[in-house]
Amino acid sequence: MFILVVGAGRVGSTVAKWALAEGHDVSVLDEDPLSHERLDNELDTSWEEAGGRFTVGTALEIDALTEAGITEADTVIVCTDGDNTNLVVAQIARRRYGIDGVIVRVLDPRRAEWYREQGLSTICPTAVAIDMLEQAVTALT
Amino acid sequence: MYVIIAGAGKVGWNLARELIDKGHEVTLLENDRRRYLVVEQELEHAVQYGDASELWVLERAGIQRADLVIAVTGDDEDNILICQMARDKYDVERIVARVNNPRNLDHFKELGIEPAVSATDLILRLIEHEVPQYGLVHLLDLAGDRLEIIELIVNPDSPVAGERVGDIAMPDGSLIISVLREGGGFVPQSETVIEAGDEVLVVLDPGLEDDITARFAPNGSRPGG
Repeated sequence: MFILVVGAGRVGSTVAKWALAEGHDVSVLDEDPLSHERLDNELDTSWEEAGGRFTVGTALEIDALTEAGITEADTVIVCTDGDNTNLVVAQIARRRYGIDGVIVRVLDPRRAEWYREQGLSTICPTAVAIDMLEQAVTALT
Repeated sequence: MYVIIAGAGKVGWNLARELIDKGHEVTLLENDRRRYLVVEQELEHAVQYGDASELWVLERAGIQRADLVIAVTGDDEDNILICQMARDKYDVERIVARVNNPRNLDHFKELGIEPAVSATDLILRLIEHEVPQYGLVHLLDLAGDRLEIIELIVNPDSPVAGERVGDIAMPDGSLIISVLREGGGFVPQSETVIEAGDEVLVVLDPGLEDDITARFAPNGSRPGG
């Protein structure tokens, strides 16, 4: 499977490395050239030597998405640090490129829920953290 | 009319001021604290502090009863999302979005955010109007109705100069609706003769521009130049 990861922060870079190790074709897009170091980290070789692709560019730019291979992508994981950017990119990936497997990280729980109802696969780490904290507190009482 | 404006930059602040002057109820949303405090000195309770892409901020501003939401922040993704939620989640009847980077205009269209206003685009159209490089000027796109209106200037060497309107073979889906001549304008009859120097307004289905240009100014001559 060809997986495009948009946003190579802690989450994006770790998921990208996992997907590559699983045997998928992986391309990563990030606007910060330094984010490449997160991909190399803990690998024996460089990210490219390990078979990964990396493109520097802004997630909203069609040229950057195209260079990163969105037209061939089976799955797109959108996890930049901006909720609004993520939600726009995810919807563009679905509508313009017809990709069904789009997964998007949204930090705001209410918008994550609403866009999930609209048919986007949203993942909300904030909601997970709230849930875990509540469970942890419950376990203490 | 109740209007919510997201973004109190130069555009948002002035829009708010104008709309309030016209007697509308306005809430302006600004998420930069310092900017908010500056604008608040003038607009007082008409400006609220908060991130307009957060649902609770929109709800606090009373988005459920808004007639119009205008998103004019400096970030295109914010403007798209604010308008999308206003329309789809809160059933706001009318939205207007600002396009900061014209390269993002496709995203607005793809997600159905209309009208999307781009200053660059507006200025380009004005330039086209002043300097009609291709001989025709787009006056109006009736996007919902799939029609547009263009203006053509008839040069002395244009094949239609001296022709009766009824004899000009206009492509199907197009019609000459008005002739501007010597400071006046009129609706032509089929026996009206087009003269060099006339400005002709044509309503047409999108995509017929090249066909029309070929009839008014073939061989790349520039009727407007």
